[in-house]
This record gives sequence, structure tokens and C-alpha cells, in this order.
Amino acid sequence: MIKYGLVIVSHVPAMAEGLTVLLKEIAKDVSITFAGGTDDGDIGSSFDKISEAVANNEADEILAFYDLGSAKMTLDMVMEFSDKKIHLLDAAFVEGAYTAATLAQGNASLEDIMKQVEPLVIK
Amino acid sequence: MLTVENTKQWLFNFTEKIKEHAAYLSELDQEIGDGDHGSNMVRGVEAMEEKLKESDFESIADVFKTAAMSLLSKIGGASGPLYGSALIGMAKAGGENSEDLAPLLQAGLEGIQKRGQAEQGEKTMVDVWIPIIEAVKNQTLSKEVIQEAVEQTKALKATKGRASYFGERSIGHIDPGAASSGYFFEALIESGVLDD
Repeated sequence: MIKYGLVIVSHVPAMAEGLTVLLKEIAKDVSITFAGGTDDGDIGSSFDKISEAVANNEADEILAFYDLGSAKMTLDMVMEFSDKKIHLLDAAFVEGAYTAATLAQGNASLEDIMKQVEPLVIK
Repeated sequence: MLTVENTKQWLFNFTEKIKEHAAYLSELDQEIGDGDHGSNMVRGVEAMEEKLKESDFESIADVFKTAAMSLLSKIGGASGPLYGSALIGMAKAGGENSEDLAPLLQAGLEGIQKRGQAEQGEKTMVDVWIPIIEAVKNQTLSKEVIQEAVEQTKALKATKGRASYFGERSIGHIDPGAASSGYFFEALIESGVLDD
């Protein structure tokens, strides 16, 4: 059982889904769920969609990646309401998630994941 | 004093004002943002109004919490978590009813700042909330005070939020979040909370 899951949050549904497709290619056993856009599928963030992505993730401990600021704020709020342990990573969206997914697949420790994602922190 | 009834009235008034001025809010947002503040806010307040009408409330904390969750879920832009955090802060400070408005609004401001990390002078809604709370403390809140608080964001250079990408060019425009916050406090005055 892989310890860490990933949650991918984008303003655009297709971006969240697209990045998830990319990640699943290299992290087949990692639970990766995503939330993109508003409730209506427009550009923006949805508290409900993000909450669902967190709830549906099979892991109890989650690494969360987002594209832009308001997705981060919405994620922040979801974290306040969720029982799961969520680590919010301010890393480059694609590169950060790709690095974390690769390491999670290899059952790396959180410390190792954080260390390798650290240089990719841009926001 | 805040009661369930006048708190609801405050939020209904806010809904009306947002709907009335939606085009103006989006217009402000077109200047220094992505032009959707009005339509985003309308989506949020309409959902909030519906929820407030269909539920019964035991306390003002319940009212604020319900309002917070609607705005948070439906706005879709950065204002969702910001107004959501403000109202959750107010719900936590609220209790059954509240004698004193200033600490309640202060808790709202803290919610906004915790979420958005903005300080005074960064051309955000924070620049309206701070002087309004001062005015409430001094019992000098009026529509003129609100207008002035909103207008003074015009001269500020944005250093938080999307408007900050525009740097110097953000000067000369009213901040959209400051403007919608202005309506929030105008709605407060019109709800009669301050007179009771």
C-alpha cells in the first residue's frame, strides 16, 4: 500500500485531468484525484470539488498541488474542514507534482519528497 | 445588537446590492483583474440567499456559517475563500447573538488576512475592513465613511492578488474586492443593526 496520495487542483478542468493523466503514467499505484474549475465546469475553484477529490483519495495522507492563488485559498479551506492530513505544496504545478508522484510511487519518505520538491517551490 | 433576524436582513441587503452593482464590480475587475468579480459574487450571494431563506436558525453563528459555506462553494474565484473565511471567523466569534459588533468584524478581518495574507495598504478588501472596524468602534460608521474607505484604494498600488501583476498601472483604479466589501457594510447600515 502506497502511503501518500496526490490531489491535483487547477482552475481549468482539462488541466487538472491532463496533469493527472501524466502522473498516472509514472505512478500507477499512487491514488491521484483531481478537481478542476468551478461547480459548473467554468474556470475557477470549487470547494465542493476539491473536498470530493480529498475524500475520494484512497490515501490518508495527501500531497496537494495547485496552479494559482485562489485554488490555494480554496484548498486551504478544505484542509480546515478535512480529517485527512494534507500537505499543501507551493511548487511548480507540473514539475512539483511529477516529482512527488514519482517518489510516492517508490514509497519514499515524506522528508525525501519534501527535500526534492523544495527547489521547485516558486510561490 | 445582532439578532438572527437582522443578521439575515444584513445578508439579504448585501445580496441585493451585489446584484444591483454586479456590472460595475465586473467593470472594476476588468481594469486590474479578470473581469468576473460581479458575476462570481452574484452566483455566491444568490446561493446564500436561497440557503438563508430555506433554513431555520438558532443563532447568528449558524446564520454566518451557512452564509460562509454558500459563498465559499459558489463564488468560484478568490473572493469565495476570502468572504467564506470572513464569515466563518464571524460565526466563531458570534455565539447566540452579539452585543458588540466590532469584535465580530475583527474576527472576520482576521479570517480574511489568514486566508489571503494581505496587510493594510496592499489594495485589497482589507483596506476597507480596517477603517470600517475603527469607525464601528468609534460609533462613527456612515455611508460617507464607507465610500471614503473604498475610494482610497484607488490611490494604492496593488501588491497582493492578481492586480499586483499590474504594478504601477494598478494605481488609479478602485479595488473590486474593496468595492464589494463596501456594499457589505452599506448593507449592514441599512439592516438597522447599528440602531438597535
